[in-house]
Amino acid sequence: MQACRLSAADLACRRGDRVLFARLSLAVESGTALHVTGANGCGKSSLLRILAGLLPAYAGAVVREGNAGLIDERPALDPHLPLARALAFWSALDHAATVPLERLGLGALGDVPVRYLSTGQAKRAAFARLIVQNAPIWLLDEPFNGLDDAGAGLALELTGEHLAGGGIAVIASHQPFALPGTARLALADYAT
Amino acid sequence: MTALAILLRRDLALLLGAGRRGATILPVLFFIAVAMLMPFAIGPDPKLLVRVGGGTIWVAALLAAILPLDRLIEPDLEHGMFDQWALRGIAEESVIAVRIFAHWLGFGPPLILAAVPAAALLGLDGPTLRTVELGLLAGTPGLAALGVTVAALTAGLRGGTALAGLLVIPLAVPLLIFGAGSLAPGGETGLAYCAAASLVLLALAPFASGAAIKAARG
Repeated sequence: MQACRLSAADLACRRGDRVLFARLSLAVESGTALHVTGANGCGKSSLLRILAGLLPAYAGAVVREGNAGLIDERPALDPHLPLARALAFWSALDHAATVPLERLGLGALGDVPVRYLSTGQAKRAAFARLIVQNAPIWLLDEPFNGLDDAGAGLALELTGEHLAGGGIAVIASHQPFALPGTARLALADYAT
Repeated sequence: MTALAILLRRDLALLLGAGRRGATILPVLFFIAVAMLMPFAIGPDPKLLVRVGGGTIWVAALLAAILPLDRLIEPDLEHGMFDQWALRGIAEESVIAVRIFAHWLGFGPPLILAAVPAAALLGLDGPTLRTVELGLLAGTPGLAALGVTVAALTAGLRGGTALAGLLVIPLAVPLLIFGAGSLAPGGETGLAYCAAASLVLLALAPFASGAAIKAARG
């Protein structure tokens, strides 16, 4: 995996006429994770989108070395296509040889249209899409939402393997994130 | 395969294939239905039909191009596809350029083919049909570019589809004037103007749509 680093200096985020957080700086090194916590609406998702480069920061700058992959509430899979074909679109785009359906417990669902998947199954499919992308920086927005205990364990395991391989993970979640060596960032500390 | 070829393959499967967003046949049937209704509405006088026939085909083509607008951009924006493409460094402008081509393939050639039976229904003669076909060939790419741009501008708005239709109609007036105008005696230069209007729309559309999608992401 390519060398990666993620840092941000003096970030501020404005939504509408509210500044959600300001003077936020962070740095995540290869092989480590950052757990972003905070109440609903405090800007966790916005922070992840700013780090991904999808949302312009109101102030400050993000330095990202390495591609970013994002999981949010939308799996980004064509709803009418069978799961295997919807994922095949991304694996073609990302030049991946295989899609880890079995690993994610989706082996039997390859022929099922994406719109028939449950919330948890769709989340597992989103993880498959993320793995296929092979990006060194993982940005996970509420990755455990909708997952059962086994699924949440699997998500944790996959994130652990990603970190062991030298990747970076930034997780926005209410749930405790039980990987050792994870730094925590409480967004409430930067509220304005 | 390059990223754009993979995107084009997906767009064609979505817009042309039997998929959810397929139904290419509907605008074509709509187009022929309008041509079929005209003789009923204005009477079977051949002279009158020939005079209004070419214009009718143009108006029908414009309206048929509006039908697929809601399937062009909105679903991909809603499902987060554009975000995932942006993360992979695929510019919105490229995605849009591919989408315009796929959208045109979805309705341009079918309409050009359907103009033949439509012309027969309206009693148009050979040279007139030829001018109509050349005009559609010149004008439909512009209509496709316009349709995708307006779809991008209105994606995510409440009532976006109806709004998109309303926005396309006035913006398509130049194409209609030049395209249908080429049917008037001595109006052959209309074809060149129609093609020029198409080219301008094609050149602007990726940037205008790209900006709209970036703004919608906010």
